[in-house]
Amino acid sequence: MPLKGELRDFSTTQLLNLINLAGKTGTLTIFQAKKTGIMEEVNGKKRERIEVGPEKAKVSFKTGKLIFAAMNGQEGNLVAVLNKAGKLTDDQARIIRERAKNTNDKALALLLINANYVSQNDVITSVQQYILDVVYSLMSWAEEPFRFDDDILPEKDRIQVPIDLENVIIEGSRRIKEIEELNQHLPNLDMALRFPENAKEKFKGVHLSVEEWRVVSFINPKYSIRQIAKANNMSEIEIRRVVYGLEQAGLVELVKPPGMVDPNAANRARKPAAKPQPQVQKVVVSRLIDKIRSI
Amino acid sequence: MQTVKMVITGPFSAGKTEFIRSISEIDVVSTEREITTPAEKKQKDATTVAMDFGRITVDDDLVLYLFGTPGQRRFDFMWEILAEGMLGFVVMVDSAKPETFREAKSILETFRAYAPTPYVVAANKQDHPDAWSAEDLRIALRIEEGVKLLPCVAKDKESVKNVLLELLYSILEEMES
Repeated sequence: MPLKGELRDFSTTQLLNLINLAGKTGTLTIFQAKKTGIMEEVNGKKRERIEVGPEKAKVSFKTGKLIFAAMNGQEGNLVAVLNKAGKLTDDQARIIRERAKNTNDKALALLLINANYVSQNDVITSVQQYILDVVYSLMSWAEEPFRFDDDILPEKDRIQVPIDLENVIIEGSRRIKEIEELNQHLPNLDMALRFPENAKEKFKGVHLSVEEWRVVSFINPKYSIRQIAKANNMSEIEIRRVVYGLEQAGLVELVKPPGMVDPNAANRARKPAAKPQPQVQKVVVSRLIDKIRSI
Repeated sequence: MQTVKMVITGPFSAGKTEFIRSISEIDVVSTEREITTPAEKKQKDATTVAMDFGRITVDDDLVLYLFGTPGQRRFDFMWEILAEGMLGFVVMVDSAKPETFREAKSILETFRAYAPTPYVVAANKQDHPDAWSAEDLRIALRIEEGVKLLPCVAKDKESVKNVLLELLYSILEEMES
C-alpha cells in the first residue's frame, strides 16, 4: 500500500525520518498542489482542500538511504549534472549531448572517465550534490500532496549514489526558516533532552555543526532546553532549530525534566480532582479476558 | 455488582463509535447529532457530541462499560469526565488520514496526563486502500516501542476483540509488575 498524504500534514523532514527509521526501499513522488477553492475542516480548523496536480519531484531510497532524486522541469541527466557542477564546460556538454544522444548515464559516465574528461570521484560528488540540492529544495515545500511507493526504484541505467539520511535531515532542518513550524513542533522549551537507547550507533558518521555539538554536550534529562539555550547563549529560534534537527534525525528524545509542572495542570486544577483509579483485582481482568475471548 | 470502564478515544471520524458498536451487547447509547458543518458532513452524517456508551456483561457480578469520547476539540470538556476511573484506554487513529495523526498524538498525550493507566493505539481502517501500515504509524506518531500499536478494522468484531484483549493483557502485565 502506498503512503499517501500532504506535506502540510506530514512534512518532508518527517517523511525522510520515517523512511530512514523504517529502512524503506521505494520512491517518493511529490505532486503540485492543485487549489480547489473548497474549504474543509480538519481538526477543528478550516483550510482549503487541495488535489493532486502534475508531478513535481521524485526521490528514491534503498533500505533507508537516499539514492536518487529528480525535479520535474530540470534536466537531471549526467551531462547536465556535470555541467552544473563545473566539471564539463558548456561546449563540452553540448558536444557530448549531440554525440551521445542514445547513451544512458552509466555508460556515459564510463566513457567520460575512460576519456579522462572527468574522474570517478567527479561523477559521484556531482551526482550526490545534485541529489542533495533537489532534496533540500523540496524540504522547504509546505503543502504538496505526496505518495511513497514501496519497491519502485529508478531505471537501472541511472546513477545511484547512496546517501545517509541522518545528515540530510539535519541539514534540511537547518534550512527550515518557518519559525511557526518550529514553534509547533517544539512548543515547550521547559522539556529536557536525552539520548536514545543506541545513541553511539546513531551518532556514527553524523556531521554536526558547532552549535549542534554545543547543545549535545549539555544533554541531560535534568536540564531544560531553555537552560541549554541560556548556557550556550542561543536564542529561542536557534535552539528550536537545532533541537528540531537533532530530534528529527533520531539523535535526541524529548523528556519531561524532574519536577516539571504539567502545563495543563492549572487548567485541570479548576476542575474537580480526578477520582483515584479503581482498585481492580487481577482476577477481574482475567474474567474480562475470558469473556471477550468468548464473544 | 462491580463495573469497570474503558475509554475509546481518538480524533473526529477515527471510528470510535463503530468500534464500540461492533462489540457491545446492547445497542450503543449514542449522543450522536447530525453534523451541520458542510465540511464535516462530507466525512459523515452524524458525530458524537457527549459520549458513546456500550456494555459487555461478564456475569451477574461484573460488567465492562465502554465509553467513546467525542472527537472534536469543542467537546473536549467531556474527555476528563469520561477518563475518571478508567481501567485503560484505546486511542483510535484513522490510518488513511495523515491529517489527523498530529491530533491523535495530542489526544493520546492528553489522556496519558489524565491517568497513568495502560493504553493501546488502534491503527483503524486497515482495510482502506490508503491506510498507512501499523509500523509506519508507529514512527509517524512517535509511539514508543513498549506501547502496543495494533492494526484494526473497527467494523470487524474479531479485530475489535483483539484490541480489547491486548489492552487487558497490558493491564494484567502492569498489575503483575
